[in-house]
Amino acid sequence: MEMTGAQILLECLKREGVEVVFGFPGGAVIDIYHELPNSPIKHILVRHEQGAIHAADGYARASGRVGVCLVTSGPGATNTVTGIATAYMDSIPVVILTGQVPTKLIGNDAFQEVDIVGITRPCTKHNYLVKDVRDLAHVLRQAFYLARSGRPGPVLVDLPKDVMQAKTAFNYPEDVSMRSYNPTYKPHLGQVRKVAQLIKKAERPLIYSGGGVISSKSHGELTWLARQLSIPVTSTLMGLGAFPGDDPLWLGMLGMHGTFTANMAVNNADLILAVGARFDDRVTGKVSAFAANATLVHIDIDPTSIQKNVSVQVPLVADCKQALAALKKELEPAALEQDWAVKHKGWLKQLKAWTKEHPLTYKESGAGISPQYVVEVIDQLTRGKAIVATEVGQNQMWAAQFLKITAPNKFLSSGGLGTMGYGFPAAIGAQMAFPDALVIDIAGDGSIQMNIQELATAVCHNLPVKIVILNNGYLGMVRQWQELFYQKNYCETCMEAQPDFVKLAEAYGAAGFRITEKKDVVPVLKKAFKLKKTVIVDVRVEREANVYPMVPAGASLTEMLLV
Amino acid sequence: MRHILSVIVENEPGVLSRVAGLFSGRGFNIESLNVGPTLDPGVSLMTITTEGDELIIEQIIKQLRKLVTVIKVVDLTTLKAVQREMVLVKVSAEDSKRAEILRIVDIFRCKVVDVSVDELTIEITGDQEKITAIISLLQRFGIKEIARSGTVSLRRAMQLSS
Repeated sequence: MEMTGAQILLECLKREGVEVVFGFPGGAVIDIYHELPNSPIKHILVRHEQGAIHAADGYARASGRVGVCLVTSGPGATNTVTGIATAYMDSIPVVILTGQVPTKLIGNDAFQEVDIVGITRPCTKHNYLVKDVRDLAHVLRQAFYLARSGRPGPVLVDLPKDVMQAKTAFNYPEDVSMRSYNPTYKPHLGQVRKVAQLIKKAERPLIYSGGGVISSKSHGELTWLARQLSIPVTSTLMGLGAFPGDDPLWLGMLGMHGTFTANMAVNNADLILAVGARFDDRVTGKVSAFAANATLVHIDIDPTSIQKNVSVQVPLVADCKQALAALKKELEPAALEQDWAVKHKGWLKQLKAWTKEHPLTYKESGAGISPQYVVEVIDQLTRGKAIVATEVGQNQMWAAQFLKITAPNKFLSSGGLGTMGYGFPAAIGAQMAFPDALVIDIAGDGSIQMNIQELATAVCHNLPVKIVILNNGYLGMVRQWQELFYQKNYCETCMEAQPDFVKLAEAYGAAGFRITEKKDVVPVLKKAFKLKKTVIVDVRVEREANVYPMVPAGASLTEMLLV
Repeated sequence: MRHILSVIVENEPGVLSRVAGLFSGRGFNIESLNVGPTLDPGVSLMTITTEGDELIIEQIIKQLRKLVTVIKVVDLTTLKAVQREMVLVKVSAEDSKRAEILRIVDIFRCKVVDVSVDELTIEITGDQEKITAIISLLQRFGIKEIARSGTVSLRRAMQLSS
């Protein structure tokens, strides 16, 4: 039976298991929207295409499935670029479907034409322009396969209007194989044995885990390794939740705003197992001083991550889950042979001493509610149950520091790109994946205004996302840098004019609360979290609170500014 | 150190842009780039010459392999390989200098492919060393135009250890 391109597209999405598409219609995609009511796929109409791509990304991070967004040609497509780059930097599986002008007009500077395949080449894992409807099913199959396999990432498919109208026989390719794309999943056994030997010999081992542990769903294997062999764990922002944040072996995040213990551990460990992490500059600080006393083992599925920033002694290219499972098999007998907590006693004692010396803490200045306190209350009220998205800046770092994230896929944050305006639409995506979950966006007053228009989306689809604004009237993180390194020259970081967020919430049909006193934090947040509707809680916090510890840019991890 | 990379790619639109974009986006340097079809119409061969220390070359090779349209990458610098570049040079050749130019052409086994009253166009084929040598010899006569193909290279059938 012959089907149109639009029908084939929707049928392919269905067969890929897509339940929801985040999108915004336009001229070049009307044919797809015309067919949409005939498909079981739900559509979430956003208010700006950046909202669509971040929502698809948040859906993917929370559910572990591929997120999908559908936008029109030209400005619709370009509006997704920030979100595509966000997903690319954090290796999130997303498929972006963009409309395109009819094939005959491509290159003509036609109305709403843009070379989106050219624009997104450096920020997608791969992208396609479908010029013939007969290629469509095959390209979509590849797009989903690429997005979710290997090191995941965004894949864009550009769909000219005439290709969506053209008809062809529909043949769904059951299998997908590409001669030029074969990720290495299986670890090299010789390397695995070498790593196992190093672990057995190490006196001060440390696991440094990253987002790859979450995307490969290997948190179980990681937790086994850490607990059975008494190896303390630190993680990147992207890896939070892969190891329980309430475990005694958990040291907190490392890096620029990492804990004192985690950063000291990196510098003093004799063996570091980097698992699904990529030695980002925010993690390493001064590269030459990073892990100065350790043998480095690096497990990653992407060979380009290995030896890119830091020279490692034992590389292991493999899927984290398979590599950790192989290590488990190799170490299982040894795990039973002795009490590893006893073997690592000195090291674990040292770590405890560092935590006692400089715990993660803050001073209440009396000049308003401490933002860290608000995050602590959110943690206490929701422990383990909520999915938390963050915006970018101080709010993000406080959330990363003071929430005890106990499970993977519960902390959604733009790590690599640091995209302000990410959190709220990502929370919408997560809420779509888990309609009954408590989904919270920890925001700043600056970031939330970057995609505030999505309030209409959340209200319209009855998505009860809770936005907690840590409102300090500043672009706080930039202000903090200006305070510490630019002689308090607060140039353009003071946002004096801001909307009345409570009235704004109400204007959109959401609920709004304001907290100005510490005693109201617990009861108001409690009330807000119970409401079955979209809520903004505007918390007026101490204006010039800083995020500590802080490693100044270019300094080594041990040179922390502390509370 | 200069490296010659033989890169086998899917013959499809945009593949050159993906490779070129990788080099520019990551601050790698392309010295020369040659693309041509192979016996399989679905596959093209790129020969890229590039400069960098071992870590940079390792990154370049890994990044190339990561591109979905790249099938295979071989660093020919680590192997015994034949390498050739072709150059067309247009040289001023007044009557008084013509004999000398033709002698050089003869010594280097080049070919004259176009002649006019006061110019000769010479076709040179060889490795980089030979081409550098002949161009520097021809320079004093006045080179008016030059077109270079970039290096192409194939591994030698017999990889004798030296």
